[in-house]
Amino acid sequence: MADNKRIDDATGVETVGHEWDGIEELNNPLPRWWLWSFYACILFSIAYMVAYPAWPLISKGTEGMLGWSSRGALAAEMKEEQAKRGEVVAALADMPIEQLQGNEEMMRAAIAGGRAAFKVNCVQCHGAGAAGSKGYPNLNDDDWLWGGDIKTIETTLQHGIRQPGDDATRVSMMPAFGRDGILTSAQIAQVTDHILSLSGKAKANAAGAALYEANCAVCHGAEGKGMREFGAPNLSDAIWLYGSDPAAIRSQIHAPQHGVMPSWQGRLDAVTIKMLAAYVHSLGGGEDFQEQPAADAAAAPAEEASNEQPQ
Amino acid sequence: MNNPSKVTAPAPAPLYKKKEPVFNRRIDGPFRRFKWAVMILTLGVYYITPWLRWDRGPYAPDQAVLVDLANRRFYMFGIEIWPHEFYFVAGLLIMAGIGLFLVTSAVGRAWCGYACPQTVWTDVFQHVDRFFDGDRNARLKLYKAPWGPAKIARRLAKWSVYLLIAFATGGAWILYFADAPTLFREFWSFDAAPVAYATVFVLTMTTFVLGGFMREQVCIYMCPWPRIQTAMLDEKSLIVTYKDWRGEQRGSLKKAQKEPEKYGDCVDCNQCVAVCPTGYDIRNGPDIACITCGLCIDACDKVMKDIGRPRGLIDYATMEDCKAEAAGEAPRHWFKALTHPRTLIYTAIWSGIGLALLFALGTRSHTDLTVAQDRSPPYMLLSDGSVRNAYTVKLRNMESRPREMKITIEGLAGAMMWTDDMSRDNAQRELVREVPADETLPLRVYVLVPDGTQGQDFAFTVTSMDEQAETDTVETKFTGPGE
Repeated sequence: MADNKRIDDATGVETVGHEWDGIEELNNPLPRWWLWSFYACILFSIAYMVAYPAWPLISKGTEGMLGWSSRGALAAEMKEEQAKRGEVVAALADMPIEQLQGNEEMMRAAIAGGRAAFKVNCVQCHGAGAAGSKGYPNLNDDDWLWGGDIKTIETTLQHGIRQPGDDATRVSMMPAFGRDGILTSAQIAQVTDHILSLSGKAKANAAGAALYEANCAVCHGAEGKGMREFGAPNLSDAIWLYGSDPAAIRSQIHAPQHGVMPSWQGRLDAVTIKMLAAYVHSLGGGEDFQEQPAADAAAAPAEEASNEQPQ
Repeated sequence: MNNPSKVTAPAPAPLYKKKEPVFNRRIDGPFRRFKWAVMILTLGVYYITPWLRWDRGPYAPDQAVLVDLANRRFYMFGIEIWPHEFYFVAGLLIMAGIGLFLVTSAVGRAWCGYACPQTVWTDVFQHVDRFFDGDRNARLKLYKAPWGPAKIARRLAKWSVYLLIAFATGGAWILYFADAPTLFREFWSFDAAPVAYATVFVLTMTTFVLGGFMREQVCIYMCPWPRIQTAMLDEKSLIVTYKDWRGEQRGSLKKAQKEPEKYGDCVDCNQCVAVCPTGYDIRNGPDIACITCGLCIDACDKVMKDIGRPRGLIDYATMEDCKAEAAGEAPRHWFKALTHPRTLIYTAIWSGIGLALLFALGTRSHTDLTVAQDRSPPYMLLSDGSVRNAYTVKLRNMESRPREMKITIEGLAGAMMWTDDMSRDNAQRELVREVPADETLPLRVYVLVPDGTQGQDFAFTVTSMDEQAETDTVETKFTGPGE
């Protein structure tokens, strides 16, 4: 290589001795200040290694004299964010949830917080879009087993459904009509026909109607509209938690499946539960909060009538 | 084994080169005056622009040129650019780039010589040098003098002025990003945002170092533009040229008078080097160090006049013209020299983009609609068998006054819509919302179709309910069960 070095005619500068397709490089000296900035960078890197975490060791790296860590930075940022939200959180904590509905600003804040909490706690069963799946209710629609106003949703969240150990949990048990020998298979088929006829999916079945009247109407209502105080589903609408085909309905009458939702009180703080309720309520099926229905009136008698309904 | 004494290789070239200080002499002449004019113009534009006002009504800032990062708006006189219209800014940047190509292909490194901030500020700082330390010889003398109280005092005074200029440079920069009078007040009462102080500090220090000390080193070693330009210059580009066929053999005036047939016009007075702001000797030929500011032309012309020779021994010329002139041909008209295919093509592209931008600017609507359909879940079956889709609809009001806007469903028979802040009972086929001035109003819109409707394409249309009646239509999709 070295023997290819030559003095360039035009500039009088020596070439470095490499040549690519006739292109050569002049060996011009670097400016001295470049060297100084190079040394400055080396000094900086040494200072940086002393000040900040740098060297990987066997169990952990060096920590640096400034004590900085990315975890610490994250914690500080989270704390800062939490402090920023503190005002809203405090206001939410003091506010009865049914008052949220008249308060656009707080409602938006609660929904935003609920959206985040939903992704952590709820999507495992209800799905990322809260659309549920077979056996796990869809939270976007307008069909609610236990009620869809914001207060009721909050109660469901607090105490769960069929949650062992929570006295206030929502409980309903449909008898296993087939397995326990209450109805025969033929009778179950007749009842199934009647149920399907309620939503126009089958022709009327007089025998089924009679059986329904005797066995089912007490919870599901004479017209199959369901009863929310027992969590008894509406059988006359288009939404079926365990499937709408005759086999699925027969199976549910024979030996019903009962879903369980955990009670979140104790796992999540009250504000988060409120936020979750607001979010679920906002998904498109939320119902307006009404004055306490008679069944719950004893539990909360003196409701301050400040819950104005939007629209 | 080689005997070291027999190694005859030449001593290796030094790896590093010390910076040679430049003490450029004062010169007056047409190019120097042009340089003054450009300096006054560029500095004037830089310092005055943020203070210009432009009335945009009560809902928008009244600063003529404002880059409002916090609210994501870019104001330039009558034009307001939103983030989604950033292609206007991209277009301007492309025009600036092609404009540089155009200038380079027509008049060479005119940007470097006159308009580049590095050149302008270096020029300012060199005048500060001259003010404090005198002209070339005095500065050279002071540079070589040992450090003593007098020299230290002079240097400190000069560097303080450097710092003041640098601070004024960095300080003016931030005024483009907020309301200038307010920020100016806040800056001095220490109420401005920390980023303002940080920006001023960084720009002050870079100006101080790059303009006060690095100067021509930036052009020769740091800046990528001279390197790109060396590739863009050709034999048709104007460059500053020493006409060696006329100047050589160079020699002192005395020698030349003794033997006029042996010597050329160059009397080797070195004035071209003495006035050069980068300290380059143009007689060595074109080089990255030559920023083509033309000061050597001024200096040489003066000398030529003094010794009674025609001007232009050093002059702006294309290499093609030089060749012709050396061969004794008549010079071309300057207009002909400028209009070669490359400049014409660049001009065409540049003005084409400019016209397209102007056209787009003139015809753009100040009402805009975006629609995003919910993907999870794609559709929702309701208890009465009807099907609901959810959309995030954004109404954009780009006027600086609040406007009523009507959003309607086009197609999708039987569909009704409502937003999440109203009840389904009030669902309609059109909704009216007031969109605040200069803002985007996001709406969560539910669209409901009766049982049995198939999934299909449809559109949302927004119409501004004022005399402009601007509309925007966005096609979207309704997803039904079983899709």
